[in-house]
Amino acid sequence: MSEISKTVTWQKITQGGTIYESGNADSFITGDWRTSRPEWIVDKCTQCMLCFPVCPDSSIPAKDGKRLDYDFNHCKGCGVCAAVCPFDAIKMVEEINSDK
Amino acid sequence: MCAGCGAPVVVRCILSALKPEDHAVIGLATGCLEVSTWLYPFTAWKDSVIHNAFENVSATISGVEAAYKAKKRMCEEKNTKETKFIAFGGDGGTYDIGIQSLSGALERGHDMVYVCYDNGAYMNTGIQRSSATPEFANTTTSPVGKIRNGKHGRKKDLTQIVAGHNIPYVAQSAPRSAKYGGFKDLYNKAEKAIYTEGPAFLNTFAPCPRGWRYSTPYLMEICDLAVETCIWPMYEITDGKLKLTYEPKKKLPVEDFLKQQGRFSHMFKEGNEYMIEAMQKSVDDEWENLKNMSV
Repeated sequence: MSEISKTVTWQKITQGGTIYESGNADSFITGDWRTSRPEWIVDKCTQCMLCFPVCPDSSIPAKDGKRLDYDFNHCKGCGVCAAVCPFDAIKMVEEINSDK
Repeated sequence: MCAGCGAPVVVRCILSALKPEDHAVIGLATGCLEVSTWLYPFTAWKDSVIHNAFENVSATISGVEAAYKAKKRMCEEKNTKETKFIAFGGDGGTYDIGIQSLSGALERGHDMVYVCYDNGAYMNTGIQRSSATPEFANTTTSPVGKIRNGKHGRKKDLTQIVAGHNIPYVAQSAPRSAKYGGFKDLYNKAEKAIYTEGPAFLNTFAPCPRGWRYSTPYLMEICDLAVETCIWPMYEITDGKLKLTYEPKKKLPVEDFLKQQGRFSHMFKEGNEYMIEAMQKSVDDEWENLKNMSV
C-alpha cells in the first residue's frame, strides 16, 4: 500500500482508490485521543462478558470466551464498558501520559 | 468513530449474525460510519466494502447482487459459500438523500439487507437536522433561540414507509443493556434479515454522544430509555404481519429520555412545558397505533 502524504500524486496511489488489504486499520492508532483510560481489575472480573459487545472500538480482545486486557492502541476511553460492568471490575482513571 | 459512538456497536452485532462460513459484500452510504472506517489507505472492514455517495448505496448493492446472481448462473462450478449483500447508511443517507435508491432496490426485490443506523441528524458533517431528527431537538440547522425552538415537525416514520413496499422482512431494533436481554433482539433480527430471501430492512437506534450532548459512558442507558419510553419501539414486520418484539412493563415518561441529553435541555425551561406534552402525545399516539396494528 502506498504511503499517503500531501505531495503524493494520483499515479502513485491505487487505481480508483481501491484498498487491497483487509482490516488494515488495525495499524492506524487512535488510542492517543484518549483523555481517560479504563483499568481492568482482574480480581473482581467474573468474565461475564457484558463489556465485550458494548465497546465501540472493539478494544476488548477476547479469546476462548474470556476477555483479555484492553487494546490501548485503539481504546478511546469512552467509559461505556465501565458503565455496564455489574461488578465494578472496570475503573476509569485519568490518562496522564498515554503510552501511544 | 468518536469515543462512545453507538454505530459501531450496532454494526458489529449485525455482522456477527452472519455465519462465519459466509461472506458479505458491504455497501456504505456516506456517513460517519463510512468516512471513519474507510480512510484511504486504511479499511477497518474484513469483508469486501464498496464506498458510495449519499444517494446511491442501495443502487450499488442491488447491482452487485444482480451481477453476482448472473455470474453464478453462468458458473458451472458450484460455490458452497454464500455471499450476502448488506448496505449500511445513516439516517441522512437513508431517510433523506438515499430514499429514492432504497425504494427502487426494495421494489425490484433484490436479495439484500439495508441497515439504517439512526442517530437523528447529519452528525458526520456537523449535526445538521435530518428528517429523522426528533421534534424540538437542537441541531446546528434547527438551533434554539428567540425565533425557533429546535426542529419543527415530527420525524419521518421510515420503517413504516419501507413496510409500504411489502417486502418480506422489516424490523426496528436497538442494542439493549444486559437486564433487558442485551443484544439478543438486534442479533435475532439481523439474522432474520440476512437470511430472509429477498429484500429486508433493519432500522436501528444508534446514539451519538456529540450530537445528542450526553456524556459518553451512558450509551446503553440512553438506548434503554429510548425503548422504555416507547420513543423507539421495537417491532418486526414479517410478510406484512406486524409484531411488537418488546413491550415495556411500565412505560416511562419521555422526560426520562430527554433530560439526559443537551439537545433537549431547552424543553425543561419555564414556559416550554408544552414541548414535552406535545412529544409525549406523539409518542403515545404512535405507540397506540403500533399496538393496534400488532397481531
